Amino acid sequence: MRLRIYRYNPETDKKPYMQDYQLDNVSSDMMLLDVLLLLKEQDSSLGFRRSCREGVCGSDGMNINGTNGLACITPVTGLKEPVELRPMPRLPVIRDLIVDMDQFYKQYRDVKPFLDVKDPLPEVELKQTPEERDKLDGLYECILCGCCTTSCPSFWWNPDKFLGPAALLQAARFIGDSRDQATEERLQALDDPFKLFRCHTIMNCVQVCPKGLNPTKAIGDIKKAMVKKSM
Amino acid sequence: MNIEDIPRRRFDALIIGAGGGGLRAALQLAEADASVAVVSKVFPTRSHTVAAQGGMNAALANVLPDNWHWHMFDTVKGSDYLGDQDAIEYMCRAAPKAVYEMEHFGVPFSRLDNGKIYQRPFGGQSQNFGGEQAARTCAAADRTGHAILHSLYQQNIRAKTHFFDEYFAVDLLKDEQGNVLGAYVFDIHSGEEIIIEAKTTLIATGGAGQLFRTTTNALINTGDGMGMALRAGVPLQDMEFFQFHPTGIAGRGMLITEGARGEGGYLVNAQGERFMERYAPTAKDLASRDVVSRSIYTEVKEGRGCGPDKDHVMLKLDHLPEDVLQSRLPGIRQTCITFLGIDPADKPIPVYPTAHYTMGGIPTNRQGQVVVPVKDTPEEPVTGLYAAGECACVSVHGANRLGGNSLLDILVFGRSAANHIIQYLKENRFHKALDENTIQKAYDRLHRWDDTSNSNGESVDDIRRDLQKVMEDNCGVFRTQDVLDNGMEEVSKLAQRLKNASITDQSELFNTARIEALELENLMDVALATVYSAAARTESRGAHSRIDYAERDDKSWMKHTLYSSEDRKLDYKPVRTKPMSVVSFPPKPRVY
Repeated sequence: MRLRIYRYNPETDKKPYMQDYQLDNVSSDMMLLDVLLLLKEQDSSLGFRRSCREGVCGSDGMNINGTNGLACITPVTGLKEPVELRPMPRLPVIRDLIVDMDQFYKQYRDVKPFLDVKDPLPEVELKQTPEERDKLDGLYECILCGCCTTSCPSFWWNPDKFLGPAALLQAARFIGDSRDQATEERLQALDDPFKLFRCHTIMNCVQVCPKGLNPTKAIGDIKKAMVKKSM
Repeated sequence: MNIEDIPRRRFDALIIGAGGGGLRAALQLAEADASVAVVSKVFPTRSHTVAAQGGMNAALANVLPDNWHWHMFDTVKGSDYLGDQDAIEYMCRAAPKAVYEMEHFGVPFSRLDNGKIYQRPFGGQSQNFGGEQAARTCAAADRTGHAILHSLYQQNIRAKTHFFDEYFAVDLLKDEQGNVLGAYVFDIHSGEEIIIEAKTTLIATGGAGQLFRTTTNALINTGDGMGMALRAGVPLQDMEFFQFHPTGIAGRGMLITEGARGEGGYLVNAQGERFMERYAPTAKDLASRDVVSRSIYTEVKEGRGCGPDKDHVMLKLDHLPEDVLQSRLPGIRQTCITFLGIDPADKPIPVYPTAHYTMGGIPTNRQGQVVVPVKDTPEEPVTGLYAAGECACVSVHGANRLGGNSLLDILVFGRSAANHIIQYLKENRFHKALDENTIQKAYDRLHRWDDTSNSNGESVDDIRRDLQKVMEDNCGVFRTQDVLDNGMEEVSKLAQRLKNASITDQSELFNTARIEALELENLMDVALATVYSAAARTESRGAHSRIDYAERDDKSWMKHTLYSSEDRKLDYKPVRTKPMSVVSFPPKPRVY
């Protein structure tokens, strides 16, 4: 298998460059992460994050042949060669495929992603019907890998003002939770020309989400809730 | 850089590890207005708690009759009577509250029609002290760990906990009296080293599943906290007990939750026989994990395995209604489609026992204080040092952990450790002075890898690969003296080889080669503890199955192992058989 990988170590490199690799012992049932781990045995300086190997921890988001995805659940079969790997777009590169995700995490914190219950808490669980709980499906499963936000042109243009699909999906997760009692404040906080409304339904986020989630729909649901609130 | 120039930061409490145990403790401390620092080598939601699937046990009785005392009985029996009954009583009594707290923190538990939390049957659960199957495992579909870890991180955002994300802890720091006073850490991004001084230090670094070649565990599960404890002179307890999960995807290791069997799935051999009926006539596929893993191993060994190489068995879910699969087991369904190209709604899943959970660990009491033998006292607390979760050994799991008890363990004991720390902080208001020698030692450990004169040294990758193979071959589901003795010899050789290993990458920026070298050192210490402890225990108990000593021997072996790095010495201490308030469960033959 042939690969072209973005390399950059600011300590030693004046500027980024693409490095070609050739790997012979690749079998068809491998995932891209397996290939990267083999490459790393040849070249220990190659930097990338990884942990769970099964698409739940969200560590190994990267740009694979032009599309963001998780290396650990991307099968090597079907990848056009040379496989071109780059860091996720628009975030500062720390080294090679490793990006600084502080901005992304800040957006997440900005939507106050935690359940807010104002009533006194019961000594048992807060009740929720299966139908109410079903509304959280497609929202709570986010793994914060950053694939969606860093593929979003609105984020590229306004990374400091637009909250991005991942954070807005989280906002929708709490607005949609029947137990949460801060809907009003949440909607108010998002009612701003940039935070929410810079989504132009380009839908890159939907296309790349490795968990099959739909941030564009979540953003639409927030907009609907705002309209409902204003009426 | 001189040691005096290394920046120092001061906190009341330091927590190493940001999985469920660490984050639960951090939240408790932050809410008590303690200044708390959480150091984690990965961003918190990347911790391995995120991969837990099936759920968390608590006798809520939402689905079937239940009470904490039955839960306690099952846990004691599941532990093959090596669990400490005071800690088990404490955990089972605290379980409902722990679940309700998590629910209030926002965990999106699956729900019953009456709006209460959904509970599913899991292995080793019974009503009425060994009667009918119970349904005790509270679940958020099959993503319970993800739901819990994310909710805890979110609550810590609310509480403004101070995180050191992507910092690596090298070693614990002490004063001359041996009190633990923080840790030597470095920023993985920049390589900057800092000393974190803390009045208390909680180790919550998880397990060591990377000991084995095929494992359900993440690549980060390298037993870092256990290695730190050993180097600080703390022994590790019961390391011979390593759990092999019955249903990892054959050859690959991805976990298929026990909840798959809890929802009605079952195992078959090459003849299509539901073989668990022979091994566990009552509980069948929901017997304890050690029992099911041994049964699968035996089926394959005796030639009844599936596939061209007859090297696995099949987990059947294709008889379940598709909406059950989609609503209760969507995660494992997707995993099968991704990694096998198999939809379990149509075809069975090839599975085989896979390394999964470290029952042993850093010995603690039920307040999370690390305890060591001092003279005639088997359990003397080490001032300032705490441990919780998979890296710790309370011991609630004894020789075999029940499914659904590990998420419970991390939350109950993360919380209880934090409560003890809060108390300790009230009585100990000032930072003590560090012993500069311990700083020097940590510094030396880290900078040993800067040595480029040894550039022909062996590669870290080669040694790690060899270690995982040796452990798989010599410390697996079934063991004998010959195989374990060989394992001790082989791991000792590898430990020697590691001393001469070197790395070529000397960059300060996100140097993953250096991280992997430090991780392998931890893993090596844990491997030695595991194989030395296993070779000495001449009985079969829970996950430690000896072909040459097939029976449990309560007379000689109802005791905890303690392994120390110094001279690789073994010591033992009694099991705490006396519960807090109820009558002790005496050892009985373990039948499912």
